[in-house]
Amino acid sequence: MEASKLPGFLLRRGVKAAIVVLAIVVCNFLLVHAAPGDPASVIAGQSGAADAVFLEQLRRQFGLDQPLHVQLWIYLKSVLSLDLGFSHRQQQPVAALVLERLPATLLLTGAAFAFALAAGVTLGALAAQRVGRWADSVITVIALTFYATPLFWVGLMLVLVFSVWLEWLPSFGMSSVGVEMHGLEVVWDVAQHLLLPALTLGLFYLAVYARLTRATMLEVADQDFVKTARAKGVPEGRILRAHVLRNALLPVITFAGIQAGQLLGGSILVETVFAWPGIGRLAFEALLARDYPVLLGVFFCTSVMVVLFNLLTDLLYAIIDPRVEVAG
Amino acid sequence: MKDFWRRYRRNKGAVLGLVILLLVMLMAATAPLLFPGSPWDMAGAPFSPPGEMGMLLGTDSLGRDVAAGIAHGARISLLVGAVSTLAALLVGVTLGAIAGYLGGIADDVVMRFTEFFQTIPSFVLAILLVAIFTPSIGSVVFAIAVVSWPPVARVVRAEFLSLRGREFVQAAEVLGKSRLAIVVTDILPNALSPIVVLSSLMVASAILLESALSFLGLGDPNLMTWGFLIGSGRSVIRLAWWMSVFPGVAIFLTVLALNLVGEGLSDALNPRLARQRGAGA
Repeated sequence: MEASKLPGFLLRRGVKAAIVVLAIVVCNFLLVHAAPGDPASVIAGQSGAADAVFLEQLRRQFGLDQPLHVQLWIYLKSVLSLDLGFSHRQQQPVAALVLERLPATLLLTGAAFAFALAAGVTLGALAAQRVGRWADSVITVIALTFYATPLFWVGLMLVLVFSVWLEWLPSFGMSSVGVEMHGLEVVWDVAQHLLLPALTLGLFYLAVYARLTRATMLEVADQDFVKTARAKGVPEGRILRAHVLRNALLPVITFAGIQAGQLLGGSILVETVFAWPGIGRLAFEALLARDYPVLLGVFFCTSVMVVLFNLLTDLLYAIIDPRVEVAG
Repeated sequence: MKDFWRRYRRNKGAVLGLVILLLVMLMAATAPLLFPGSPWDMAGAPFSPPGEMGMLLGTDSLGRDVAAGIAHGARISLLVGAVSTLAALLVGVTLGAIAGYLGGIADDVVMRFTEFFQTIPSFVLAILLVAIFTPSIGSVVFAIAVVSWPPVARVVRAEFLSLRGREFVQAAEVLGKSRLAIVVTDILPNALSPIVVLSSLMVASAILLESALSFLGLGDPNLMTWGFLIGSGRSVIRLAWWMSVFPGVAIFLTVLALNLVGEGLSDALNPRLARQRGAGA
């Protein structure tokens, strides 16, 4: 893309992202009001934690006696000033709770994503290269299998095999409790705890990326520029790497961007299985306690992360591939 | 019809999928005969391993029969999968038809709306919906439908876009047929095959979604489901592996079968595409 067009493109994408974030806030607001019962008790967290004085205070604070559009305005202002409400159960602001758990989730989803992308593209490329042979069939069967397996069940089975039976890896938490460690020991400890959850979360996307890479590579391999390269006598291995794989990667990257939300959703299940202390685990705890402000905060936070991630892929894409339409 | 079956049969995986699916349906239909009484009742000693005490798949922490739970759970999984897919189809086809047939501003509005739903993390939204409207089979179906209609809308829109300029549609317009009649009697029947293929995949992902929700404790508290069985086995996996393993196998087989059937339907309904794929693969 021409450098002069980039700022305009970024501005348009930024405006679009801002509109999506606004829509999410409105969505949260509507959910609170669609819930059966008094919105104040929803905001307070329903199950008996709130006393009458607190409810009254909430009603005043959110202007629940005012018309609906005034309430929406008050809610918008508070969320956009990063006030996501207060968890009466945990006696902490929701924003603080979410921020505290965010790094663990980013580590888990990042590791899972990197693993899925690297392994998925490799397997997909191998399958495309050996179309119709047994390696291709094996990879197709693996992909079909992970498509059909519930994420949380894969996690439990890995725990069963590697923690319970073989006793190789820890089954829960992010670090060993009650052991004093320094420097690299800490990294090694966290890596051991990370392996099973990241594998669980990554396996499904590995299957997705493998199938996608295989399909797009087969498609690209049929195109004229590949035939030209072959006619020129370019070695087969180089055709595969430089001509086919490179062009097949773009749809895979786009798709990865689209799926960011699913990856975060999946992390709720994986963090629940492995007691990984991220926002997914936070959501599960909030679910058990019916702590709605925290649930709404997690929904808002994950949505914003997806929007940011999509913005990032757009930008990367525009830089990598000069053909991307700036208007798009 | 005969032709359809001949093409479907050519895909061996799809035939296998259909057999598995029919077996699961048979199990769901005969659950009250195979395992009379409630799956919540105690049937043997707690934590009996599979094969012992006459329990084929073992018992759970309260002595409930895991096999009975799986058989009764099949009813709920299939029911939730089918009903939520129907609801999502209704929303998706309607919106997709409006966007694709009318075009212009209507198309823009509908597609922005669809994009929004595809951006937000659907599983988190589903959790939120079920939690706020209190867990029941109705709220689970509602939540799954809300998060699974966008792909339908996209597919239907694309089909309608390409069909609305075709001659038979123009002919109907010239004849003075109403727009609604054209959409329902002329365009929709021609757009059916991708919708049918998509639905079988949607039932599969609805079953996965339902199991994930019940695993987190968001299932209907009065109904035995596969996800609930796995969830209750999670904390005692060191004691009783069978509690989490077998219900998971049931989910896996059902979802796999539906995916395979989807591929078979795709081959049978788009013979041209299948031949291309056969040549390419």
